[in-house]
Amino acid sequence: MMRTFLKRHGLKLVIHLGALVPAVVMALQLARGSYLDPIRQMTTASGNTALALLGLTLTCTPLARLTGFRAVLRVRRPLGLYTFSYAALHLLIFAGWDYGFAWDLLIPALFTQRFVLAGLAAFVILLALALTSTRGWQQRLGRWWKRLQRWVYAAAGLVVLHVLLLSKTPDKALRYGIVLVLLLVLRWVPARPSAQGASSAPVTKD
Amino acid sequence: MVPIRPSEITPEHIYLSRRKFMLGLGAAALLAACGRLPDTPEATVMPEGAATSEALSTPRPTPTQKPDIKTAFDAVTGYVNYYEFSLDKEAAAILANESLQVSPWTVTVGGLVNKPRVFDIEEILKFEQEERVYRMRCVEGWSMVIPWLGFPLSRLLKEVEPLSNAKYVRFQTLADPEQMPGLGDMTFPWPYIEGLRLDEAMHDLTLIATGIYGWSLRPSNGAPLRLVVPWKYGFKSLKSIVRIDLVEEQPTTFWMAAGAGEYGFWANVNPEVPHRRWSQANERRIGETRRIPTLLFNGYADEVADLYPDLTNKDWFF
Ligand code: HEM
Repeated sequence: MMRTFLKRHGLKLVIHLGALVPAVVMALQLARGSYLDPIRQMTTASGNTALALLGLTLTCTPLARLTGFRAVLRVRRPLGLYTFSYAALHLLIFAGWDYGFAWDLLIPALFTQRFVLAGLAAFVILLALALTSTRGWQQRLGRWWKRLQRWVYAAAGLVVLHVLLLSKTPDKALRYGIVLVLLLVLRWVPARPSAQGASSAPVTKD
Repeated sequence: MVPIRPSEITPEHIYLSRRKFMLGLGAAALLAACGRLPDTPEATVMPEGAATSEALSTPRPTPTQKPDIKTAFDAVTGYVNYYEFSLDKEAAAILANESLQVSPWTVTVGGLVNKPRVFDIEEILKFEQEERVYRMRCVEGWSMVIPWLGFPLSRLLKEVEPLSNAKYVRFQTLADPEQMPGLGDMTFPWPYIEGLRLDEAMHDLTLIATGIYGWSLRPSNGAPLRLVVPWKYGFKSLKSIVRIDLVEEQPTTFWMAAGAGEYGFWANVNPEVPHRRWSQANERRIGETRRIPTLLFNGYADEVADLYPDLTNKDWFF
């Protein structure tokens, strides 16, 4: 009973618990006052978490195609939604905490700085994907739904650009860019026979 | 200048121990400093019409102007850019405080001077030290308010007697791979070099700092001696100086040599001249929430604006 539960839901459990860890760590650090510059350090932590989760989200499909391990497809949606949640937290810290929703400062900050524009564009895509991730929207959009979800790669590319534009040295962005290109290339690698159709498998099982 | 008078500043607990330290610096400094110390924490708002009413800058409303409150000691010493140790601000502070050997220490002052000389750090500390509370504006968009101890660089330069063909001053930070793990990052053109025009270097605001918050300088802040040029972006104020040379040509600084066209030679603070990649219009005081407007020359325009003819020339701010 327990074994079958874990077998069916173990991975999902790991994802749900694991995705909460960064938030808990951030909250604890903040409460203990161990951030010397909490605004920037929380911005960085939430941004990096969002990026890591985005990477994991994009790994699901190639992993299923290459290994036939289809259970990962069931955590693709929660991973995507956690990505969006940390990106939203990231934006909230920027707009609400750093800029205190002072619109006269915030509007120019959002729309005149290229690194922010790239981040904002990525966020808008993630928002659209999160909103249309339900079964209802999937049915409503039909075959367009899949095309829409592919925009996640554009979002990832924009995040790489975001990091490139905000860093003093390009090496971090280059590393992320290489990983992204690899993940894209893996989409063209023929799937293992047992994993046929992995990328088009419904993801709304949960 | 928009002055930061000590009476406008919340004293830190750390001040309780500063008298002891000040004794070591001589009675004059002790009396001068203690006489200005307020007994109770107090913070008043900066004077109205902050110093931005100069040539390039139309006076702007300052919606979130706040009093200058000294940045917490832990943040000043624990959150630094010191790439010789690490690109990470906190890691750099920890590593520097763990491993930088600050004595013995010598500074070689030479180049186009009459009396080139190697100063021992003890000789540097014999210059009469005074406290200066300065705003520090990092090019990255954050700022601090820091009580330095030190003396005007001009006094040191007068000792060596610059020659008439000396036009610039070139400074160099220690670059010792044994102590500084960050030097392994070969994408950077070590050692860290900075420079000032001679009149900037001779300006009374330009400080050689040897202490902070009434204590001797921490390694993370550039012990045992560093430059402080409060009207320029923070990267001009280099740390842990080992060499000062008077030269004829404008020196090529570390960031100029790094080649990315990121930070130039003059680097005077100006809210209206954005960095290539981000705005400089406002800044975040470490330890405070809500941004405050950045001021022309970091609020020191009254003192330094006439060093620069034609302020409409944007080059002064790159
Ligand atoms: C919604 C609009 C966004 C805004 C306004 C924004 C803003 C920022 C800011 C201010 C920083 C810190 C820059 C600094 O170090 O000074 C940052 C860093 C970062 N952001 Fe964003 N961002 C946005 C979207 C995103 C998105 C969607 C992601 C990822 C999914 C992301 C990932 C990152 C990462 C990885 C960093 C770098 C952290 C580091 O330095 O290690 N950002 N962002």
